[in-house]
Amino acid sequence: MSDEAIKLGGKKKSKFIDKVKEILPEGGNLNLCLTCGACSSGCPATGLEDMDPRKFLRMAALGMDDELLSSEWAWMCTMCQRCIYVCPMKIDIPQLVFNVRASRPREERPKGILGSCDMALRHDTCSAMGASEEDWQFVVEDVAEEVRENQPGFETLQAPMNKHGAEFFLNQNSREPVTEPDEMVPLWKILHLVGADWTYGSKGWAAENYCMFLGDNKSWEHIVRVKAKAVEDLGCKVWLNTE
Amino acid sequence: MREGKLKVNSDWNKDLKVKFTVQDPCQLIRKTFGDPVAEDLRYVVKKVVGEENFIDMTPNRSNNYCCGGGGGFLQSGRPEARREYGRLKSDQIIKTGAGYAITPCHNCHAQIHDLSEHYEGGWHTVHLWTLICLSLGILGENEREYLGPDLKEVGL
Repeated sequence: MSDEAIKLGGKKKSKFIDKVKEILPEGGNLNLCLTCGACSSGCPATGLEDMDPRKFLRMAALGMDDELLSSEWAWMCTMCQRCIYVCPMKIDIPQLVFNVRASRPREERPKGILGSCDMALRHDTCSAMGASEEDWQFVVEDVAEEVRENQPGFETLQAPMNKHGAEFFLNQNSREPVTEPDEMVPLWKILHLVGADWTYGSKGWAAENYCMFLGDNKSWEHIVRVKAKAVEDLGCKVWLNTE
Repeated sequence: MREGKLKVNSDWNKDLKVKFTVQDPCQLIRKTFGDPVAEDLRYVVKKVVGEENFIDMTPNRSNNYCCGGGGGFLQSGRPEARREYGRLKSDQIIKTGAGYAITPCHNCHAQIHDLSEHYEGGWHTVHLWTLICLSLGILGENEREYLGPDLKEVGL
């Protein structure tokens, strides 16, 4: 409440916000703010790093690019879009946040997110935990076999891998095969009971995409393309993301 | 469920009366399919746990608060800020009095599970698929990692 007054530099021009305006998806805007504060009052990130969504947007509008680009708050906004939902002018603050992330030198972005993105880029599985095609296939078959042997009523349960022409291509968060594989089973049982025609793929199966959170557009796109190709190569009709 | 392919029912909870609330995942609801899928989610949850055992958070559906597990927060190495962000969600869940929070999103599950431990909220955090299988009587012994002692043995 007793923050120092924000001092405006003399000649600063608003560059960052103009750049973001140019790439906003249709309908998104950044310059119709009524300063009502609906965004900030319902934002769980309000107060973190002495920042809130309205302040963030106003700083951008005032051309305070250096302060904005160095703010850690861009990593504390989850881009959940509640601020857009409650905004009378539907201002896209999360896009501004995303572009602040993307403007930070890559090596200065949070190590955990960076590491998860880089790991996903190493294999065609896109697994942020580095699970290989072989590991993934082994775990799925091993767990399915155990269910078939030990759980009455599921003697014919399948967790198909690379089944061409299946209707559904199912993704899976890496955490399951890597750390808690039994958590995959309830989903398989449900699909089995309804008679769904589904498959996993040995490539592109990992549901997560930390490159997107990193604000690394090139890598983010690469990950999505690898995953989309995996679905297309199997000729599946629907891509089901469990997350 | 509407086509009768999954014959779920909530009889298992008739006497237990275990209470559940549900997290509307931002990605699924607000950012993608909107309120209609929030209604579908409630349809499923009520079928599975019993209508009288479901308690909604406020606010909810497209107006729900993010739990703080999204946007890479779980991996960003800022656990204190992430938990402070999640305090609102923790308070929301505690206010329902529910013993379980259902989280149909992986990030929500990880974050809300962590919030319960951090703030000692006392609730358990479960995937929706776990409860669907529990209500069908087909949830295996090894598939109960996130169930509390009150449900560990149900239907085994």
